Amino acid sequence: MTTMVLERETSPAAWEIVYQRPAALTDLPTHYCPGCSHGAIHRMVAEVIDELGIRERTIGVAPVGCAVFAYKYFNLDSCEAAHGRAPAMATGIKRVLPDRIVFTYQGDGDLASIGGNEILHTALRGEHITVIFVNNAVYGMTGGQMAPTTLSGMKTTSSPTGRNPLTQGYPIHIPELLAPMPGVAYAVRRSMHAVAEVRKVKKAIRLAFQAQIQGLGFSIVEILGACPTNWHVAPSDALDYIRDRMIPEYPVGDFKVDERLGD
Amino acid sequence: MARELWKGNEALAEAAIRAGVDAFFGYPITPQTELLEYMARRMPELGRTFLQAESEIGAINMVYGAACTGARAMTSSSSPGISLMQEGLSYIAGSEVPCVVVDIMRGGPGLGNIQPGQADYFQLTRSAGHGDFHALVLAPATVQEAVDLMSISFDLAFQYRTIVIVAGDGALGQMMEPVTLPPMQPPVTTRPAWALTGVDGRTPNIITSLYLEADDLARVNLRLQAKLQAIAAAEQRWECYQTDDAELLVVAFGTVARIARSAVRAMRATGIRVGLFRPISLWPYPAAALEQLVGQVKGVLVAEMNAGQMVEDVRAIVQGRVPVRFLGRTGGVIPLPDEITDELVHIARVNGNR
Repeated sequence: MTTMVLERETSPAAWEIVYQRPAALTDLPTHYCPGCSHGAIHRMVAEVIDELGIRERTIGVAPVGCAVFAYKYFNLDSCEAAHGRAPAMATGIKRVLPDRIVFTYQGDGDLASIGGNEILHTALRGEHITVIFVNNAVYGMTGGQMAPTTLSGMKTTSSPTGRNPLTQGYPIHIPELLAPMPGVAYAVRRSMHAVAEVRKVKKAIRLAFQAQIQGLGFSIVEILGACPTNWHVAPSDALDYIRDRMIPEYPVGDFKVDERLGD
Repeated sequence: MARELWKGNEALAEAAIRAGVDAFFGYPITPQTELLEYMARRMPELGRTFLQAESEIGAINMVYGAACTGARAMTSSSSPGISLMQEGLSYIAGSEVPCVVVDIMRGGPGLGNIQPGQADYFQLTRSAGHGDFHALVLAPATVQEAVDLMSISFDLAFQYRTIVIVAGDGALGQMMEPVTLPPMQPPVTTRPAWALTGVDGRTPNIITSLYLEADDLARVNLRLQAKLQAIAAAEQRWECYQTDDAELLVVAFGTVARIARSAVRAMRATGIRVGLFRPISLWPYPAAALEQLVGQVKGVLVAEMNAGQMVEDVRAIVQGRVPVRFLGRTGGVIPLPDEITDELVHIARVNGNR
């Protein structure tokens, strides 16, 4: 036994690989802030794409916002949509290449505000695409302005005294909104605030792609992510902020899971 | 080839189908809706993609997506809808993916009305969206020409990886005329090397219009401009009617050019030698051909269904060498041949008195 262990230590060819970059990710360092959830979510999307063996036929659509360079980080054919229009662009791609796997990666300003109409009608049509929707309650790229997802009372650069729902509207709940639509096969919310929750995020991403592969309809995973920079908190405190502030407004859960969906 | 009576909008749709359009995404708006309706019926019959979008914004972004896969994608709309598409058109131009757009122009600004208009000239030719770019804009005057131009539009779009806009007006879209349709082209099954199809066996293709570094974007823009210059040099289209011995020149495009043709004949019957210069490509403007005519005429009349848009291009070419007079009708009012001849008589009289 001792001899075998020594051989493993001295012969890299025999080492067991326990962790490596997924093939669906490039080796570029991301531009994300410390404590941002995007990097980990990118990685999980890429791992799922690898595990499902669909990298060669997957096309990604990047948003406008912090994840605007997603197309640089995913080692896939991909394109960059106008702000909020990723679901329409993905529709165009999927309709002419129905055997490809098409997904959008969008933030909350992009998807829930300027792209509200596109996401609504793409879900209504039951387009066979997958949407990875990262909700961090603010516009990150432009410096922390109020989004439709901003919590009531939450201070942002464009709601400096705190969001007042009576004049600035109430937070929007996207998967709950889309779930009742018959064309929606999978609509869930998950959170990045703890390791156990992160594992559930990955499982949900997998099911969302699985729904598309099985041809069941539209699939969306909302992921509550941290934005320490614009929340003005430390990265570790940002995770607590998700747990203590975000989740009461945005409960994690399954709002629609097509019964035919098999892992 | 049989000549058949076709409505302009439907003839445009059938011509696009015969030119191999793979995917049509559109939204209803008068006076182009018959094009969408025709596509709704015919495209599924042929196993091709038809989708009525939730808005013109949705439609152009669906075109953008489909075009990124190397498919022959198109949309059609009318003036207010084209305004909504400007965002997508700018991204498409910046990403250099080919597509075809039909604009059956109506009266504006705002909701305007559903009568024929040419007031989108600036919008289409100057820049159909933010940033520096031009679409290749083709303006048919007859239903037959609409068919002919539609037939080459996808080839032009793919040759240059550019936007081709076929610009008619409500009259052209709604009128019926005898046309000869071209044969059905076999579908294009190959995809260009730049297309998004999945990375199977190659490195990723990325389609974006984003270049954060100033030097990078400047380089991309220089390349775009060089391409536009190549288009400007190679793709000017125009028609001259009775210009060989003309002393006076009418410049008009689309529907107005047909009326101007009647006016030219009426003037010639009275002994005044008038010719018609009809731009077919609105961008690139057929400047060299017009320039040649400026030297031989004593005056120019520009007639348009707007408040004076193409006339700016004409004045820039004429550069004050001869008088340029403008006749404009807006709101869907179509100028009559008599109104054009009145203007020409006026120019002839002023010239005679000089």
